[in-house]
Amino acid sequence: MSLVTPTETAPHRVVTLPRKRRIPLAVAAGLGWLALMVICAVFADLIRPYDITQMDLSARLSPPGTPGHWLGTDELGRDVLSRLFQSVRVSLVIAFGATIISAVFGTTLGFLAAQFRGIIEHLVVMLADFQAALPFLIMSLAVLAFFGSSMILLVGLMGFYGWERYARIARGLAISAGAQGYAAAVVQLGATPRRVYLNHILPNVASTLIVSMTLTFPEIILMESGLSFLGLGVQPPDTSLGNMVGFGREYLTTAPWIMLGPAVVIMFTTLSISLVGDWLRDKLDPTIR
Amino acid sequence: MIRFISLRLFRAALTVLAVMTFAFVVLRMSGDPAQVLLGPDVPQNVIDDFRADWGLDKPLWRQYLAYLGAILTGDFGLSMRGGAPALDLVLERVPATLILTIPALFLKLSIGIPAGIYAALHRDSTIDRGVIVLAILGFTVPSFVMGLVLVLIFSIQLGLLPSGGFGTWLHAILPALTISVGGIGLLARFSRSAMIEVMGQPFIRTASAKGVKWRDVVWGHALPNAAVPIVTIVGFMVGSLIAGAVVVETIFSWPGIGRLLIVSVSNRDLAVVQCILLLIAAVMVCSNLIVDLLYGWLDPRLRAQPAH
Amino acid sequence: MSFLLEADDLVRVYTGRGGLLGKAQPVRAVDGVSLRLGRGETLGIVGESGSGKSTLGRMLLGVDPAQGGTVRFDGRPMPARNTTEWRALRARMQMVFQDPLAALDRRLTIAAQIREPLDIHRIGTEASRATRVTELMHAVGLRPDQAKRFPHELSGGQRQRVVIARALATKADMLVCDEPVSALDVSIQAQVVNLLRMLQKQTGLSMVFISHDLKVVRNLCDRVAVMYLGRIVEEGPSEHLFANPRHPYTQALVSSVPEPGRRLDGRVILQGEPPNPAKRPPGCAFHPRCLRATDICRSGIPALQPLGTDRTAACHLVAGETRAEVA
Ligand SMILES: Nc1ncnc2c1ncn2[C@@H]1O[C@H](COP(=O)(O)OP(=O)(O)O)[C@@H](O)[C@H]1O
Ligand SMILES: [Mg+2]
Repeated sequence: MSLVTPTETAPHRVVTLPRKRRIPLAVAAGLGWLALMVICAVFADLIRPYDITQMDLSARLSPPGTPGHWLGTDELGRDVLSRLFQSVRVSLVIAFGATIISAVFGTTLGFLAAQFRGIIEHLVVMLADFQAALPFLIMSLAVLAFFGSSMILLVGLMGFYGWERYARIARGLAISAGAQGYAAAVVQLGATPRRVYLNHILPNVASTLIVSMTLTFPEIILMESGLSFLGLGVQPPDTSLGNMVGFGREYLTTAPWIMLGPAVVIMFTTLSISLVGDWLRDKLDPTIR
Repeated sequence: MIRFISLRLFRAALTVLAVMTFAFVVLRMSGDPAQVLLGPDVPQNVIDDFRADWGLDKPLWRQYLAYLGAILTGDFGLSMRGGAPALDLVLERVPATLILTIPALFLKLSIGIPAGIYAALHRDSTIDRGVIVLAILGFTVPSFVMGLVLVLIFSIQLGLLPSGGFGTWLHAILPALTISVGGIGLLARFSRSAMIEVMGQPFIRTASAKGVKWRDVVWGHALPNAAVPIVTIVGFMVGSLIAGAVVVETIFSWPGIGRLLIVSVSNRDLAVVQCILLLIAAVMVCSNLIVDLLYGWLDPRLRAQPAH
Repeated sequence: MSFLLEADDLVRVYTGRGGLLGKAQPVRAVDGVSLRLGRGETLGIVGESGSGKSTLGRMLLGVDPAQGGTVRFDGRPMPARNTTEWRALRARMQMVFQDPLAALDRRLTIAAQIREPLDIHRIGTEASRATRVTELMHAVGLRPDQAKRFPHELSGGQRQRVVIARALATKADMLVCDEPVSALDVSIQAQVVNLLRMLQKQTGLSMVFISHDLKVVRNLCDRVAVMYLGRIVEEGPSEHLFANPRHPYTQALVSSVPEPGRRLDGRVILQGEPPNPAKRPPGCAFHPRCLRATDICRSGIPALQPLGTDRTAACHLVAGETRAEVA
């Protein structure tokens, strides 16, 4: 009952400081896993033992541990490990591309809203309202189903995910910097808006935006894998994590390894990013939610 | 206050209009439904007849106006497969979805919020750590993986529960659980951070320093203030009661809105897809509206502020 | 002699949101101010918080838009905001802010920030800019080894020196200082004021010095304008105005400054609420707090009247006295 004595709550800082000094184990593990994933994605072509479409009908549905197919094979005798490497690459590329698009798009809109206010601000709010009204998965479903799924469309579409978060942050910080802060001072020195936003405001909001990216990134991975699972994302013969789970689902009883491998990879990856993101947020920007 | 409400109502109406336009644009611009529905080998005159029947031969803006007019009069068109009114087809499926999502919502609220608050009040304890880890796990595991894992354990390994289909209440357990896991994690995490933030505020410290009972500090001061961010998430969850089960319904072959959406989308059944999109958006917009108004009630300072 | 800056009838209205109904309530922060600033002159602007000093300062620089009135700088009208000419003019008029930490970019080094106006206005070469930065740092009393520091690594007084150095980088003709020392430690204030005075003497720039600290204004400024609720109520040479304040508001301000050797019992104490521009009293805005207010003060707004050759005041009573003296 003495939990909230001032000494308990006030030294917020005292409690968190020792933690900041060293990277916590979970975060280190997360960073390690992410590094592994990036290596897999970059060197997928070199390290995978088989081509992803190479079938071996004599070795269909081999269980994990089979020599030569350490994670087993699927219903067509394709090597699960090789497909997993390729899936990691595809899923990461989509999530990475989309996160960047979303960050750039959202930040730009946020800055525009801060600079021009008025109509532009209302338009941005309207766009955000619209996006809040249709769950992103549903909207993507409609677009992908009717326009057909291509890699470009998929990345572009996912690039709209989460932009309003950046827009809100960028707008808020730009307005407060412009109201009485350094931005107003620099404008007063005669700097062009371009200079003010690129040289001053952007570097100042970058850490907050990067933390937001660690929130968006795993969500985009989940979104893409959900769509691919439903058969509307990445299309065969190419493969992604969600797409592997989707196809593996039919062999849930006989060959659960087809689906468990990619499922575990999705889980670990999103988990790692969330852990690293939380840690980054504590370190870089304690003000963000 | 009146100004505030009418502004919000106006924005809500605008949003619904935007969704209607989106549905129209996506569905009409992406290809000729006549061709898709009738297949490639149909003679031209059949296609022409079909297009005339469905009004697809008129200029696009005429189609758009006709479409808006029809929706405003409650006419959502006929399913291009089977010819039944789209609205009926859709509404027929709503109960099945709600059977899953409403219990799931209760699970989310009754586990997520208390867990988060408990963790916040016992910060840095073992239980707090456990709640954090479980919460993060809860929303980083995609629902399709969660669903399949549950099926693997409870249906295939243990043989306790059916792996899919619609029938007894036993059929609803796994899908409802699957839906709720992510939300529980999200709510726990949000309630925890909202509560921690409030507990760090000066007025809470003042209250407890003044000798207000600990229980009263938590219930009377901290909780009402932590409610604002929690209400946002809950509002979003209420808004997705209809839309939140697409993936899960697919996994468990559950005949709800989500399944209907997936099937109609692959059949390119314009009217039904449109109707579902509008229903989902309407529910979401309404719940957002309620959340906005609740905000005004919970926190009068927000009333006078602009949109963001 | 032509003036460096001529401002006529400046009006600035803020339409803020207020109240439960969200009805916009206009606030006349600056309400018909005219000013002249000579070359090399230092003009003080004093008044309580909320009287519109900062707003006026920004309007003189053309940073805040005016709802009415004109500003002429060096004989030419102020170009529209955010145009190329407007930006180019920034090299000639600069500002020193109340909160130096907020006015500096916390991610850039001191040297980079002092250099920034030179980069913006493309003055000099790489090498000459670096030399100029060293020179400026020396002039404002910063050590050369502080060049690579970041704002949060300096003390408040040092930060203000950085802001001053940055403002002087382009050899501006005019400097508007908005309460440049009120956020600093009392022990530092005099140093910074002396620095400003010295720099003003050396470079001959004109300065508008905004402050609510009368003592500082008195020993720094050539002329002083007293503001109350967006209007100038009295103006004149600093020495005369402080020695013989005429407007009751100025009298109250002056007598509230503790001075050694003066007895406290003669003080005119400012009573009533501090001014709120959203609720501007009719007639003379100062009348609710004025000890000598009469009926005419409650109804008619007094205009600025000349008092002798170089002073003006806006007060019905003072105008009456002067007329009586003349008659
Ligand atoms: N950006 C703004 N929006 C609305 N009102 C403002 C703004 N800036 C100043 N004001 C109002 O204008 C009046 C004058 O403010 P200011 O110029 O800062 O006075 P001073 O510097 O003398 O304290 C104050 O009442 C203030 O509330
Ligand atoms: Mg001020």
